[in-house]
Amino acid sequence: MSKINWYKYSAPVTFYGLAGKMFPGFAILSAILFAIGLYISFFVAPTDATQGDAYRIIFIHVPAAWMSMFIYVVMAAYAGIGLAFNTRLSAMMAQALAPTGALFCFIALFTGSFWGKPMWGAWWVWDARLTSQLILFFLYVGFISLQAAIDDPRRSDRAGALIALVGVINVPIIYFSVKWWNTLHQGASISLTKAPSMAHTMLLGMLIMALACWMYTIAVALYRVRLIILERERNSTWVSDLMKEMK
Amino acid sequence: MNWGSFSAFLHMGGYAFYVWSSFGLSFALLAFELVQLSLRKRTLLKRLGQIQKLNEHRGNK
Amino acid sequence: MSIVFWVIKRDLLLAMRRKSDVLTTLFFFVIVTSLFPLGVGPEPQLLKAIGPGVLWVGALLATMLSLGRMFAADHADGTLEQMLICPESLSLIVLSKVVVHWLATGLPLVLMSPLLGLQFGIEGEALRVLTLSLLLGTPVLSLVGAIGASLTLGLRGGGVLVSLLVLPLYIPVLIFGAGAVDASTSGIGAQGHLSLLGALLVLALLATPKAVASALRISLE
Repeated sequence: MSKINWYKYSAPVTFYGLAGKMFPGFAILSAILFAIGLYISFFVAPTDATQGDAYRIIFIHVPAAWMSMFIYVVMAAYAGIGLAFNTRLSAMMAQALAPTGALFCFIALFTGSFWGKPMWGAWWVWDARLTSQLILFFLYVGFISLQAAIDDPRRSDRAGALIALVGVINVPIIYFSVKWWNTLHQGASISLTKAPSMAHTMLLGMLIMALACWMYTIAVALYRVRLIILERERNSTWVSDLMKEMK
Repeated sequence: MNWGSFSAFLHMGGYAFYVWSSFGLSFALLAFELVQLSLRKRTLLKRLGQIQKLNEHRGNK
Repeated sequence: MSIVFWVIKRDLLLAMRRKSDVLTTLFFFVIVTSLFPLGVGPEPQLLKAIGPGVLWVGALLATMLSLGRMFAADHADGTLEQMLICPESLSLIVLSKVVVHWLATGLPLVLMSPLLGLQFGIEGEALRVLTLSLLLGTPVLSLVGAIGASLTLGLRGGGVLVSLLVLPLYIPVLIFGAGAVDASTSGIGAQGHLSLLGALLVLALLATPKAVASALRISLE
């Protein structure tokens, strides 16, 4: 067996081509999974006995919330690798993931609110999960605006990586403190966890939707990292060769 | 099958507003991200083309 | 170790020469907290309930506003670059600078807080807990804030940016700090909150100087 040369793929030039080849696959996969997931969410999963049809929001809400947390961790991992091994590509991947993570975080927030209104009678409840989600959104915003404010790509990569790592260390502390705060201030006891024991179809629908979101994230991140590579390497010969080919 | 008719499906057991706004807005946002990315690609390619032209121009001189 | 004393002495001297900076932060704190009763109304019950939170948020904002000063002057006159290449440990230098920042901004806030607490009708044990919580919490604010300050060094719009970076990280301190007072008034006892604040302080003392040192290297490279 020939050994795969991973270093080769960590060079932006090679990865540009590779990402271009991988993108359609993930995009198609994501579309198919979304179609199946939506079908299950609306046609297979039965109406919930206590929450009626409003509960169907969880098919988008929960996957979005999962993705937003997962993407932050992956982003921080890329950032850490970039900082430790000085690889440009991993920093670019972190940068490519951030907007999508923030987007999912935002989706989780407003779908949570649209679910909360009919269930709790309020658009926003300072529940531990919603609050942590909001803070996660702030962390994303901080990361993105720090990177946007720095013109020098090298400094931007490394500064972003550092704040992502600081953020990921803080996430458990923040989550714990918010939970603590929430249990102390339990006025009217409202809990989001009181969802009725989940039927298998519901769980299946959620998992498929989550997979769809996952594939979507990979596809979009690959697409965006290609743009970032092009932007960064605009003065290199391979980009100008590429431009000549395209003409 | 959960729904007796198409209008029942749209009605969502009385929660139409919440369910459809959640799903609608979510997918609108995802679509928006895709549109924004393709716009970004287009402006980037235009800019790269300009850089290319500039370089060729310089090369000819 | 002598570098620590040297940096502390130098920075304190500089801070003493620019007393107005210290006073500005302090008065910002006083004014912001005094705005709340005007905004929410003068009912003593309400003020007593929101008082700890208001004082804590005020302290957060005041600290955040002063973060820009932590490295800016040294960055402008090149001292910071000298510190980076000096053979002594950069983490220790950073720690000393943070200590001075706290002495110049955090400590005055702590000393002022009992007075402001009285304005909100916080008295006795609760007032003592409030001051103690600020005493434990404000050093964490300076330490964590140093990360934001070092990352945004010399950036346009750095002041607003630093708030985006740092305020979410301040949330645990805010929760345990303001929570301590609530816990003591409601009879649970503030012990747990104060211990957690202490734990955060120890954690921040151990972890942040290294992070700030690498952030400074990133920013000045």
